[in-house]
Amino acid sequence: MAFLDIKNVRIAGIAAGVPKNIASNLHPGPEDNVSSDYAPEDFVATTGVEERRISTTLCASDLCYGAAEKLIADLGWDKQEIEGILFVSQTPDYILPATACILQDRLGLSKECYATDMSIGCSGWLYGLSSLAALVSTGGIKKALLMVGDAKARVKGKRNPLFGSSGTVTALEYAEGAKGLQFHMGTDGSGFDAIITPDGGARNQITPESFNEYEFEGKMIHRLQSRMKGMDVFSFGITTAPKSIKKLAEHFGFDYQDADYLVLHQANMKMNDFIVKKLKFDTSKVPTSLRYFANTNGASIPVTIVTQLKDKLNGTAKFLCCGFGVGLSWGSLYFESDPEMIISELVEMDDSETSTYVV
Amino acid sequence: MDLNEFVAHFAEQFDETDASVFTPETRFREIDEWSSLIGLSVIAMVDEEYDVALKGDDVKNSNTILDLYNIVSSKL
Repeated sequence: MAFLDIKNVRIAGIAAGVPKNIASNLHPGPEDNVSSDYAPEDFVATTGVEERRISTTLCASDLCYGAAEKLIADLGWDKQEIEGILFVSQTPDYILPATACILQDRLGLSKECYATDMSIGCSGWLYGLSSLAALVSTGGIKKALLMVGDAKARVKGKRNPLFGSSGTVTALEYAEGAKGLQFHMGTDGSGFDAIITPDGGARNQITPESFNEYEFEGKMIHRLQSRMKGMDVFSFGITTAPKSIKKLAEHFGFDYQDADYLVLHQANMKMNDFIVKKLKFDTSKVPTSLRYFANTNGASIPVTIVTQLKDKLNGTAKFLCCGFGVGLSWGSLYFESDPEMIISELVEMDDSETSTYVV
Repeated sequence: MDLNEFVAHFAEQFDETDASVFTPETRFREIDEWSSLIGLSVIAMVDEEYDVALKGDDVKNSNTILDLYNIVSSKL
């Protein structure tokens, strides 16, 4: 059982960056890959996604960079004190080097900096947070930034209307005596092909045929684009997420109904509503960012906290969070925010605010 | 597990198709209103009513409601 009790660390702040540019799912354009299986309004009714933020220029790291500059300023942190970056994304700047290395220099952080990337999807904030919090809890690194985001795709092609772009930053700080973060984590690799990008890794190298379009669940896509077995993922989410939350609460001996907020990965409204119903959780304590920001992959929990809870948090709050998706992979988290935790204003970025780290 | 009850639960996932249309022999994918989005509702219904986790292939490989009923029964 992968239960983690990581003490002596606190979440100091959370920020999120998104493109200014908005796309509408009720009025899809030629660049949007809508399914022939159902009408746009049925898609919106089921998924809850009316709009999404997208850009043809901004990479995930650009949005994380914008959010990081804002959060560091709001926290009043000295950049020289930040000694760690973990960047979690399915859309890094390059295959090599790790995007976290570029962000270390772009942000002007010290070279005494632990920096690496992690490749995982919708459970990404949980995996990134547990890993980085464990490092910070040693006291060897006092301040660190978890960056989670997905944006501009690695290959040109039509865009999936379920997903929006974002880049988030969660600032972690060593705090002796802090109660810290409590996790339950899990994996089921038997579902490896439930969400998959078939070509472009070493298993299936890129060939000219990789670009040939084929039909998958009512859409034309090519093998360098990700595809999802929607019903399998739905079934996985509604069974796994409630179980993981219940296991977390049971293991650490608390009543999950006492949480002030349940922040779920923003998969789609139908799935999330069903998970909340199975947990018999008070819906007024379940914020969602799906309507205007879509499914923002691994970043969807911090995006939801920033866009929905910034003005509501007052003093301490008990957070229950759960992320689940590609892998298949999942994680649940319980933590109590302290009154000093900073939530930055949403950072909205112009298409021109891209990186100069280009070859 | 009752077949008629299963058919009734199945029919409840449709908004526009009259419940009287549905029988165990109904080839549900031939109903105009059927889509993969309703497939999600069926999966949720089976989870809620029977505590069975269906795979997408369970739905895709079923032609009639009876086929799906048999799959759910075998997983109980």
